[in-house]
Amino acid sequence: MREVAIIGVGMVECGELWEKSLRTIWAGAALAALEDAGVDSVDHITVGCMSPGLFVGQEHLASLLADELGMAGVAATRVESACASGGLALRAGIAEVASGLADVVLVSGVEKMTDVDGADATYALGSAADQEWEGFHGITFPGLYAMMARAHMAHHGTTSRQLAAVAAKNHANGLLNPHAQFHLKVSIDDVLASTMVADPLHLLDCSPITDGAAAVLLMPLARAKDLAGRRPVVRVTGSGMATDTITLANREDLARLRAVELAGERAYTMAGKGPRDIHVAEVHDCFTIAEIMATEALGFFAAGEGGTAAEAGSTALGGKLPINTSGGLKAKGHPVGATGVAQVVEIVTQLRGEAGQRQVSGATVGLTQNMGGSGGSSIVHIMEVE
Amino acid sequence: MSVGIVGYGAFIPRRRIKLEEIAKVWGADAASYRRGLQLHEKSVPGKDEDTITMSVEAARRALVRAGDLDPAAIGAVYVGSESHPYAVKPSGTVVAEALGITPQVHVADLEFACKAGTEGMFLAQALVKAGEVEYALGIGADTSQGAPGDALEYSAAAGAAAYLFGGDSDRILAEVVATYSWTTDTPDFWRRAYMHYPRHGSRFTGEPAYFRHIMSSAQGIMDKTGLKPQEFAHAIFHQPNGKFPIRVGKRLGFTTAQLETGWLSPWLGNTYSGASPMGLTAVLDIARPGDLVLITSFGSGAGSDSFVLRVTERISEVQDVAPITRVQLDNDKIYVDYGTYAKLRGKIRMGE
Amino acid sequence: MFSPARSWREFPQRYRLEAARCTVCGKIHYPPRLVCSACRGRTFETVAMPREGAVVTFTTIHVPPKGFTEQSPLDIAIVELANGVRVMVQVADLPEADELRIGDPVRLEFRRICDDGEAGLIFYGHKAVRAR
Repeated sequence: MREVAIIGVGMVECGELWEKSLRTIWAGAALAALEDAGVDSVDHITVGCMSPGLFVGQEHLASLLADELGMAGVAATRVESACASGGLALRAGIAEVASGLADVVLVSGVEKMTDVDGADATYALGSAADQEWEGFHGITFPGLYAMMARAHMAHHGTTSRQLAAVAAKNHANGLLNPHAQFHLKVSIDDVLASTMVADPLHLLDCSPITDGAAAVLLMPLARAKDLAGRRPVVRVTGSGMATDTITLANREDLARLRAVELAGERAYTMAGKGPRDIHVAEVHDCFTIAEIMATEALGFFAAGEGGTAAEAGSTALGGKLPINTSGGLKAKGHPVGATGVAQVVEIVTQLRGEAGQRQVSGATVGLTQNMGGSGGSSIVHIMEVE
Repeated sequence: MSVGIVGYGAFIPRRRIKLEEIAKVWGADAASYRRGLQLHEKSVPGKDEDTITMSVEAARRALVRAGDLDPAAIGAVYVGSESHPYAVKPSGTVVAEALGITPQVHVADLEFACKAGTEGMFLAQALVKAGEVEYALGIGADTSQGAPGDALEYSAAAGAAAYLFGGDSDRILAEVVATYSWTTDTPDFWRRAYMHYPRHGSRFTGEPAYFRHIMSSAQGIMDKTGLKPQEFAHAIFHQPNGKFPIRVGKRLGFTTAQLETGWLSPWLGNTYSGASPMGLTAVLDIARPGDLVLITSFGSGAGSDSFVLRVTERISEVQDVAPITRVQLDNDKIYVDYGTYAKLRGKIRMGE
Repeated sequence: MFSPARSWREFPQRYRLEAARCTVCGKIHYPPRLVCSACRGRTFETVAMPREGAVVTFTTIHVPPKGFTEQSPLDIAIVELANGVRVMVQVADLPEADELRIGDPVRLEFRRICDDGEAGLIFYGHKAVRAR
């Protein structure tokens, strides 16, 4: 396998982008990544997008987007693994470059979520659950994570305050990220006082509905070094993916995310690293409980200690292991298909030392963890400065 | 061949609304309703309860009381109701499918205002008696509605009763001694197609309709069997409110003691097709071997079905193996206000 | 989602709680499947599931999805049935003051789950209620 580098990153602001269509949002991020890399042609485009069919009524998306970039003719693939579609797009791109099928791959993620109303968006997102055996009963994603939160609380004594600490921390980080959807100071008490969405999850425990796109450019490491000049080159050293039963009821332990554990183990093994080697991580905080469970599954904290660690500030900027310096899905926004790629944009920015006020000093090894649905799939990547 | 009830079951939704809660919305005098109609509260179905769901639960209870019985041996399923969830598409097919009775079964939905339940029972026992089927299920269930503010709104309630009939003497818990029906064309109460609420002839629903048909049917079956009121342990008459069943029973010569066991309406309301059949489940819950029981239904339009039943030794084995009617009526109640009731009953106009 | 064929196909599971028991290792699958998730066995027998169980975890959804708004708030639980199989179901008849707890015994009752609007099909299945 060839070693793979990330040579360019690009992102558009996240939010309710009323004036922009899916293709416009996507093209903005793609052009930014190409410009950042100093490259103007690619061999392959991968697109992570969860549900263009339900959100904007568009399938056959990869070809449409290649054409939007004036690149009709290029190979293009859309991949889907619910909210982990972006992470999967990166993994697909890595496979192209590592195998030699392609030399230059534009990896992208996009979601346009605000062209449908709240009920339709909830329905579209709900299609990432088992529609016949969960959706039928009226379950929603906040509901699924709320049931995991309840189990985590029962098994480990995790508290609503600890969940709220995750939201407060990620909103504090979001204040420092110009691309973030929200620039809000949110306190633990604000979270606890917000509307109950699905007991025990409050509105401010949940990530928002977001339009957004992100893109990164991949190429073989040797070629990237030539192109980068004096800028640091970031290499992808580990990639792991795993699945779990989508149906929550079929999981043996509702307080664990098995797909995250497996994906993490695979990525660590490939990179020859362990949890203690990671300097900065972006994890999939679609709900505050998800961040707590992911930090446990990735081995950053022992099972049941994720909540205590969050409340103690261990995952804040300046803490033992800063998590979600971008603001996470919570504050940066959660354009579902774009999220996995946006996480990579943040880690590359950190490893390049270009994260400004939210820079984790001396970070040379970073990790991204992207999750589909209620943990039915997860993708973990480890990146290092060359 | 002797034919009888081999299993019975009732289902009452947990929600209730008090008479005062309805009266205060319409500026009515609750005290006069309490006195005049002897009504205190009524059952209210949840958004997830309807004639089909209550029928399934009542029938499951009947099957439990019938003992270890292969549902496939049931050859007929009749669901009597004036609130079938579909105008076209049977309730009975869902019930039969849910109970594992399909596909070799005769299924029909029946409608005859408040007597559709006893119609199903009548047909079920007749088919068993004729030797056409081994077992047959007759169910009466309703989630009926009165127009907002109408007198019927104080009584229209929800509930179901199911009866499994068979000719298997080891299983019979109450033998059908006789049946009798008395029917005329009497327009006392009706609901046209596509209309939400029924209309009625007000006081015309009393003497020429309810009292005339029940008196004639009950007297008819007593004449047919040669039985006198004092020979019955219990008598149940259709209960559209608290007052009528006691009044008609006394006119026929029955005492309060014979009438009160099956008298559920003051606290249940009128469960229409379920009304007299649920009175019978309450009676069977406490009946003793050898008891003679009279039940006479009434359905507007109008007609009455009567049954004379003789309770067997088996009754004591089955009374406690499934939920008791009075226990459901008296316990675990969830009281709702009129706003919630209006929402649950679809009386609020929703956005598209 | 609201297709007549799809709902009809699911009646054995929705209406009668039919499950498939692996004849190799004994694991019970609800809904039935073609490959046993425990031993990858390929032969099954149909078994009916018990309707009694206990709450494993639960939530109250205050922002329900389309088709469920009139039932809001929506109590939903994962229930472990007496045969060890876990199912996700709504919990019916739960007044606000009645707080559910993990481990509470429940029973499955036949209920309306949702419908395809006023003119569409009605979908039936099971919901949990407190065991009494």
